[in-house]
Amino acid sequence: MSGEAHARPDSLRDLFVSFTLLALQGFGGVVAVVQRELVEKKRWLTQEEFLEDWSVAQIMPGPNVVNLSLMIGGRYFGLRGALAALAGMLTVPLVLVLLLAVLYAQYASHPDVAGALRGMGAVAAGLILATGLKLAAVLKNNPLGVPLCVVLGIPCFVGVAFLRWPLAYVLLGLGALACTLVYRKLKP
Amino acid sequence: MNETVSLSLHWADWVALFMHYLSLSLLAIGGAISTVPEMHRYLVEQQHWLSESQFTSSIAIAQAAPGPNVLFIALLGWNVGINSGGLLSGLLGALIPMLGMLLPSTTLSYLAARWGHRNRELRAVRAFKLGMAPIVVALLIATGWILSSAQGEPGEDWRLWLLTAVTTLIIWRSKLHLLWLLAAGALLGWFGVL
Repeated sequence: MSGEAHARPDSLRDLFVSFTLLALQGFGGVVAVVQRELVEKKRWLTQEEFLEDWSVAQIMPGPNVVNLSLMIGGRYFGLRGALAALAGMLTVPLVLVLLLAVLYAQYASHPDVAGALRGMGAVAAGLILATGLKLAAVLKNNPLGVPLCVVLGIPCFVGVAFLRWPLAYVLLGLGALACTLVYRKLKP
Repeated sequence: MNETVSLSLHWADWVALFMHYLSLSLLAIGGAISTVPEMHRYLVEQQHWLSESQFTSSIAIAQAAPGPNVLFIALLGWNVGINSGGLLSGLLGALIPMLGMLLPSTTLSYLAARWGHRNRELRAVRAFKLGMAPIVVALLIATGWILSSAQGEPGEDWRLWLLTAVTTLIIWRSKLHLLWLLAAGALLGWFGVL
């Protein structure tokens, strides 16, 4: 889509280690970290490619970031890359979460710990919001045009954030509408 | 964890646990979290493999811990395993549901992504990717909003909301490393500022 020079992971080990580090930084939402590190720092993907992969990851069943890691890994080393990224995303965090579960029983009621978790939760919410705002810049190049993107985005936001519509309905309803509109605008 | 559950699981129970997650996998559109009600029905109400408090705390810990939130499934299974014996069945309990949950959905996603990549010039594939973009961006912002509102009312908990707003601005407009902000949030909370 764009002519920017691509960086790429050196090896399967590079993929595994990178995704492990991404996962370990992801409190409350790994997607913000993936966007920051892989798009902005390592430049393995452009914003557009990231948004494409994230769209597919959302529409497919299963955990979104797991699907995302699979797709990004698969872009470079096929199935082996997908499995390396997936393993990176899950292995060390799994061990860590089991250790935390063992510790939790002893410290959960400690007020300082509870306070720290509240603070990290507030930051995590900001990370996701900022990721959405940054990716919104990509919509400038969308064939729908910015006004129509906003018209489609607002009911999506209101429906999910305030009316708590099930995600599947939003994706299948508004998503299908948006895709149909683009389809008609694209040259056959 | 005030109430304790102790049970003994046979291999047929492990198979049933695996099959249960296998059947949930493809229903988890929008993430594994959307199947939580069904897991609760099965693990707590029907099988009595977990206590109510084990169920809720497993989800809370996985949300607070780094890494994908889907790890709550491993924690639920870990607790089922611990209830039925020792460390070994705990580990078995962590791995079996994760495998069941991920095998069908990751296979399908991988094949779909591969197909989409091979056919990326097709008009329908381009329409899908471009059409989903505004929806997916709005969804991310909605997710951030839901996470913010989970922390309380803006009037009462305005410090938390302020922290969220400042974080949003900093990440959006600067290159500051995410971990600095998380550490700052943790410190502010620890010292009772929030």
